[in-house]
Amino acid sequence: MSDVEDAITRAYRDEWARVVAGLTRRFGNLDLAEEAAAEAFATAVARWPGDGVPPNPGAWLTTTANRKGIDRMRRENQRDGKHEEAQMVFDNAPTESIGAIDDDRLRLIFTCCHPSLSMENRVALTLRMIGGLTVPEIARAFLVPESTMGQRITRAKAKIKAARIPYRMPSAADLPGRVSGVLAVLFLVFNEGYLATGHSAGPVRADLTVEAIRLTRLARDLMPEDGEVAGLLALMLLTDARRTARISVTGELIPLDEQDRGAWDPMLIAEGHRLVRERLAAAAAGEVPGRYQILAAIGAVHTSARDIRDTDWSQVLALYDQLVNVDPSPIIALNRAIAVAELDGPEVALATVDRLEKRLNGYHAFHATRADLLRRLGRSQDARAAYDKAIDLAGNTAETAHLTRRRDQLQ
Amino acid sequence: MQYLISVIDDQSNPGSLDKRPAISEFNERLIADGYWVFAGGLADTDAATVIDNRGEQPVFSDGPFVESKEYLAGVWVWEAPDLDVALALAAEASKICDRKIEVRPFQ
Repeated sequence: MSDVEDAITRAYRDEWARVVAGLTRRFGNLDLAEEAAAEAFATAVARWPGDGVPPNPGAWLTTTANRKGIDRMRRENQRDGKHEEAQMVFDNAPTESIGAIDDDRLRLIFTCCHPSLSMENRVALTLRMIGGLTVPEIARAFLVPESTMGQRITRAKAKIKAARIPYRMPSAADLPGRVSGVLAVLFLVFNEGYLATGHSAGPVRADLTVEAIRLTRLARDLMPEDGEVAGLLALMLLTDARRTARISVTGELIPLDEQDRGAWDPMLIAEGHRLVRERLAAAAAGEVPGRYQILAAIGAVHTSARDIRDTDWSQVLALYDQLVNVDPSPIIALNRAIAVAELDGPEVALATVDRLEKRLNGYHAFHATRADLLRRLGRSQDARAAYDKAIDLAGNTAETAHLTRRRDQLQ
Repeated sequence: MQYLISVIDDQSNPGSLDKRPAISEFNERLIADGYWVFAGGLADTDAATVIDNRGEQPVFSDGPFVESKEYLAGVWVWEAPDLDVALALAAEASKICDRKIEVRPFQ
């Protein structure tokens, strides 16, 4: 890649959200902001190779995009014979009191992840407006037709305009709920990459995990004092660190106890551990950790053990007990049972798991966990039936391959 | 911006009936804060009549235009600067009315 192409790629990655957010504030219109930003980047692609990369690419892009935005607005006003009236509502109320950095990108994030938008529309809009992914890229990542993905983004923008979803920081009282709404979007993007579903797709879509981490880093830069943002970033880093060790060369899932721990990414683990230590210090000072911080702490325990036999399972279980208090979902209870199996044996764990059947019967991991416990108890026939159910329900190709091998190895 | 606020009740699981005083108090507050445009409780859906005069003769039918367990029990029209303000008020309204609330902007 030439230096200019490299500069353009870097500018796109670093400046897209800033340019879109600035334009949104200036013009009060997401459509216009998106189109003017895209035009400015297209101009850079056309001009930089001949003219050279400007000394301050961000400022050049902002100026160019503003000019494109004004041109576009003039054209539209002429065509419609009226002035743009419905501007987005924004204000500059100080945000220091809630520990967030005053930045238009944060307003844009909260607008794109507004609770009145459906989850799938939030995901699409966030990846487009903040992440700068193109509609075809987002469509490919989620295995839906481009037209479907385009419609989601169009619909979300139309609702923001028609219902007057504001472009501003949530009130301090609303902030925790709104932040967790943003984090849910980012975590969904990450999980869709890490546990990719669909039989035609590869088992991991690294483009999505990388993008989710990049956006969560941005959220962390903008909300440095929010413990859950730090927790989610740590959780993603500690999970992604194991990405390559988790899938075999033949595309089969390798469970935690069989992974080559030397293949884990030490840089990501070190960064994740740093964040977890920071949150542990905050917890020691009296802050109550939320679910992402606790999940990250569990990830830290796993990634601290050089061998599966060194895993501090009592620590894992203590963290799950804490997590159940914050998030009493049956999926958390299921994961907790895995730690129980290590401490109290598979029989005790199986009894816990069986109590979850009513609520988790349609969830592949429930049957996979049961199958594994039954296998360890030597109940091959029951294990086989449970593997069959898990295989039926699993959507990830690597997971299916792993479950099939385990089933076929039963005596 | 004006929003239509629909109060939704459910025949199979109706909200409690003793909400009038609390709603009146809430209305006073909406008026004092400048959000109130209109409010009205609706009679039972059995009292509704649908008229269709798109053909040659008007056709009258007894009952609401759509039969469902959930139905519109009352409406407000609020003037609010943006959706966040309307949603915060609607969250209060839902508690006070003990019913679901739909917020929908006017064009």
